[in-house]
Amino acid sequence: MPEKVVQLVATAKGLFVFESEDGRKSWSQRGPFCETWPLNHAIGDPATETIFAGGGDAWFGPAVWRSDDLGRTWSHSSEGLAYAEGEEPIKTVWSLARKGNSLYAGVEPAGLFRSDDDGATWTHIDGLQRHPSRPEWHPGGGGLILHSIVTDPADPKRIWVGISAAGVFYTSDGGETWEPRNRGTRADFMPEDMREPEFGQCVHNIVMAPGGRDVLYQQNHCGMYRSDDGGRQWVSIENGLPSSFGFPVASHPRDPSTLFLLPLNGDIAGRYVPDAKAAVWRSRDRGETWQALREGLPQENAYFNVLRQAMATDTADPAGVYFGSNSGSLYASADEGDNWVRVTQHLPKISSVETMVVAG
Amino acid sequence: MRQATVSAPAVMVAPVTVTIPTALARLFPDCVTRMKIDAATVAEAIDALDARWPGMRDRICDSRPAIRRHINVFVNGQRSTLDAPLPPRSEMLVMTAISGG
Repeated sequence: MPEKVVQLVATAKGLFVFESEDGRKSWSQRGPFCETWPLNHAIGDPATETIFAGGGDAWFGPAVWRSDDLGRTWSHSSEGLAYAEGEEPIKTVWSLARKGNSLYAGVEPAGLFRSDDDGATWTHIDGLQRHPSRPEWHPGGGGLILHSIVTDPADPKRIWVGISAAGVFYTSDGGETWEPRNRGTRADFMPEDMREPEFGQCVHNIVMAPGGRDVLYQQNHCGMYRSDDGGRQWVSIENGLPSSFGFPVASHPRDPSTLFLLPLNGDIAGRYVPDAKAAVWRSRDRGETWQALREGLPQENAYFNVLRQAMATDTADPAGVYFGSNSGSLYASADEGDNWVRVTQHLPKISSVETMVVAG
Repeated sequence: MRQATVSAPAVMVAPVTVTIPTALARLFPDCVTRMKIDAATVAEAIDALDARWPGMRDRICDSRPAIRRHINVFVNGQRSTLDAPLPPRSEMLVMTAISGG
């Protein structure tokens, strides 16, 4: 059956949908959707072809938007997507994840919500707020945001979240109780004798490797890490990379040893691609060695960055790799990163790129 | 401009005229920007809007609860809060403040 590859590109001014029906040779573009709200993340469920987009409007507050027809019509809701009266209101939705019939939303200020009716109503997972470290969480530059939600494909009660700058937290009971899982990751911004705290690390993005349910990869403000035991212990895999700083990480859809990174030149060096030359870095051996992929990417005067959720792979074979820049350009590779094309430019600031492969 | 009458399920109160911004109306199917509502306070008026267009309260009010930071509600020309009374034949105006980028 022919495949249609869909890219969901969330931006500062709405959602754009890109589709290819010719093996990712050409792309059509639609949008902007969601009334041009600022969006932080959009995901697609290939089983139902439903799109969810989360964000927050300066005037009208946070919401999760939903389309059941690949973006043609939309509904939105924030019912239940709220903290108790008197607490700081939710500013925006930062991240979404789908697991079975449950939809998860990470928000700012950091918290996790679940919807069991496709985003119509939401329930707060208050176990995370009850964690004893909660009063000591401090916001990173982007705010106190819950930006990464990783679920175990085999066990819906196992969830990892990444919070900037509180670190990685893990639950094995569906969210009742949580524990920090940051051992081995550095917090170079802390005093010298406090650089490996139990929590407080500035995690930027976490993903799970396919198949291996306990293999995680993490891009951190201070380093790049792998864990082989569900985050109990992290090991550095930044040797061979041009920088220890970056935002996104993307795993291969089938090969747990392959992952993609887009390092930036450093947290106070401008946060653009090193030497103003764009490259996606690929490892085929779980981060032991790295290769820079530059074919088709700008190699001079590139001063963009790529935000934490703005790189993704697809499930086609060979895997596609995609990233969107804060300067509004979208790049795609149909051969696991060897060759790249610019799909479009001049979009608003791109917050996230996710993919969905559906029947053509 | 389209008009509609929305009846709040409250006690009999005098109707007021409510105007909402186009950007808010666009978020809800078949929503109009100007309507008559039976309500005695700003909060009651917003309840009536929410009954007709579910979810609209979330777009006007946050969880404190309060009028959202970048939304202003004027009653007869006075900037008002949720507990402000709506005298008979009031004009209630929901506006988006100048903000964004």
